[in-house]
Amino acid sequence: MSTAKIFKRPDGRKPDEIRAMEAKVGVIPNANGSAMFSFGDTIAIAAVYGPRKMHPQHQQNPEKGTLRCNYSMLSFSVSERIKPGPNRRSTEISKITEWALEPVLMIKKYPNMVVDVHINILQANASTRCAGINAAALALAHAGIPMRDLVSSISIGKLDKQLVVDLNKEEEDWEEGEGSTDIPITMTPNGEITHIQLDGRITSEELKEVIGLAEKMTKEVYEVQKKALKDSIKI
Amino acid sequence: MKTSRLTGKRIKEYLREGKRFDGRKPDEFREIFIETDISKKAEGSARVRIGKTEVVVGVKLEVSEPYSDSPDEGKLIVTSELLPLSSERFESGPPKFPAIELARLVDRAIRESKFIEFEKLCIKEGEKVWAVLIDIYSINDDGNLIDAAGIGALVALQTAKLPKYDEKNEKVLYGELTNKKIPLSKEIPIIVTIHKIGDNIIVDPTLEEEDVSEVRVTIGGATDGTIFSIQKGNSKEISIKDIYRILDLAEKTRKKFFLNIEKFLK
Amino acid sequence: MIKDKIERKVVIPGEVIVKGEDYLPGEGAEKKGDEIITTRYGLAEESNKLIKVIALSGIYQPRRGNIIIGKVENITFYGWVIDIDCPEGAFLPLQEVPKYVNKDRLNDILDIEDMIVAKIIGVTNRGIDLTIKSRGLGKIDEGIIIKINSNRVPRVIGKEGSMINLIKKESDCNVTVGQNGLIWIKGNKIDDELLVKKAIMFVSEKSFTSGLTDEVKKWFEKEKKKTMEKSE
Repeated sequence: MSTAKIFKRPDGRKPDEIRAMEAKVGVIPNANGSAMFSFGDTIAIAAVYGPRKMHPQHQQNPEKGTLRCNYSMLSFSVSERIKPGPNRRSTEISKITEWALEPVLMIKKYPNMVVDVHINILQANASTRCAGINAAALALAHAGIPMRDLVSSISIGKLDKQLVVDLNKEEEDWEEGEGSTDIPITMTPNGEITHIQLDGRITSEELKEVIGLAEKMTKEVYEVQKKALKDSIKI
Repeated sequence: MKTSRLTGKRIKEYLREGKRFDGRKPDEFREIFIETDISKKAEGSARVRIGKTEVVVGVKLEVSEPYSDSPDEGKLIVTSELLPLSSERFESGPPKFPAIELARLVDRAIRESKFIEFEKLCIKEGEKVWAVLIDIYSINDDGNLIDAAGIGALVALQTAKLPKYDEKNEKVLYGELTNKKIPLSKEIPIIVTIHKIGDNIIVDPTLEEEDVSEVRVTIGGATDGTIFSIQKGNSKEISIKDIYRILDLAEKTRKKFFLNIEKFLK
Repeated sequence: MIKDKIERKVVIPGEVIVKGEDYLPGEGAEKKGDEIITTRYGLAEESNKLIKVIALSGIYQPRRGNIIIGKVENITFYGWVIDIDCPEGAFLPLQEVPKYVNKDRLNDILDIEDMIVAKIIGVTNRGIDLTIKSRGLGKIDEGIIIKINSNRVPRVIGKEGSMINLIKKESDCNVTVGQNGLIWIKGNKIDDELLVKKAIMFVSEKSFTSGLTDEVKKWFEKEKKKTMEKSE
């Protein structure tokens, strides 16, 4: 399995080329912390409110703080309008996002409190959950939440037999050969995996290669996130 | 935390001298920033900032059956969500009254002004018409979301392009836009909300001023003075004299407002 | 050879600030092996081998002895529930008020929505306990209340009060800065109070610049000139 340069991606990118990324913090003045993150056309914004008292009371955890993520796509972010309101997909992604972020949060010292992270997708061209997680990680850091590290998320794909990074919609819908396998992965800069999903068709060997590729690629995402946080303060 | 009563007292005192905390006059708007085409998957979209308040509005077009009482007219549906990311005061969940009211205020002004020429949105009488769906989202609430939403809806409508419609297969080809715009009339509905604080009336309140506002009147109208919609909000009463003042201020403001946003409405 | 002192720099969570056996982690940092690692986004600073990260964002951490400003949220049989913009609840018990309190007329002393300056006398897992018994504490009668991030408060106060005293002098206002980020400004003219608000927002946004006191002096000169020109 190779990422040889001969493979032609629909938008002309090389197999290991991520779309142009953009990241900025502080985009929502009311929030405790906020950020936007984009992979090409896919744009996510996130805001953090908290730590604050958890409501409803029965959801309070007396032993540590709770992370609560809410992921939602704006109705006009996709070609066919999404009816406003939660759906099964956004409910699952909200939970996945929580699991992707929790391992690096240090919120033990906030018992009975909640850190609310709201993620909205303004424009979608695949990899929306990854953009959302990247924006959320930035917003959490920006909000001053104690964290061991950032997490960085990217989608790795297999188009027929070819591995590519950062799938767009056209590639998600790839039908030639073995079709498209979509693998969103989130990692810390130290190589710890906090989130991995897969749908498609792949062998274990290929998957190991995917993970190796993800380790390299998430580091590129990390650099963009780091810059956004550093650039936001002028000493 | 809501604005304290103490600060509220000061806001009222200052207004009696015709002054506001951020240096504006009572009939002055904060800086307005408008960006169009902010979401490529929408047929039309806009981002509007008034001061620190920000909303994004998208227009989507769908083909559906017309309403039975207007078989040759297109449809308009306006929805709005006060996103929890825009304020600590908004919770997740189905839209509550403020979001519903905002959508209805924008809907009313657009519908009553006949800004959208619905008869021109008919594809096949009695069977297929274009439905215009306007979705409004708050991104940061620092007061006056209604007026920001109003401008956003106008600009998104003005810049929207119709997608191709494959009549044979009865499918909308999103992503393939025609050069056709939504048929719009010259009666542009401008929404201005006037707030009363103490004895003074102001336009474009910050969140602080909104907290202290006792009553508000949202007016949708044209620059020539025609009024399409009015809604009074909040629980205090207003005198006839006040209503006259409010109508005058709204008319003055609409004209000024229009000059600000004219270039986006070409 | 004496190593140069570590320069102040912006650090992000997980970032290694410095490597070396003899460095110790302060607030916002932790030690792993021989590395000092950031746990909170902010400015890393060193003083005598102690590395700490000054947070520029985040919620207020209540501490005993802190003077804070809060709003009366609720009245119970035993005292007043106070909102100090902090997830832990704060409470002012009957006994901590410097006058006789009629148990049936608590709202005569402090009513819902009243603002107070209080001192924290205890932080437990039940919540935060307040007192208004000392001088300078009690109900706020008039003025304006503004809010800044609590992490910026030390800058607004300045070394030994240098910054806040400068602001008070230049504006001729009384200013009480709550450690929780709420600030009470009271002057003879609303214009003066708003000038203080502007000055505090200015300082708060530039918390990490050095030479800020001089900048603020110049800023006041400019602002006063502007006001004089306006009234001419």
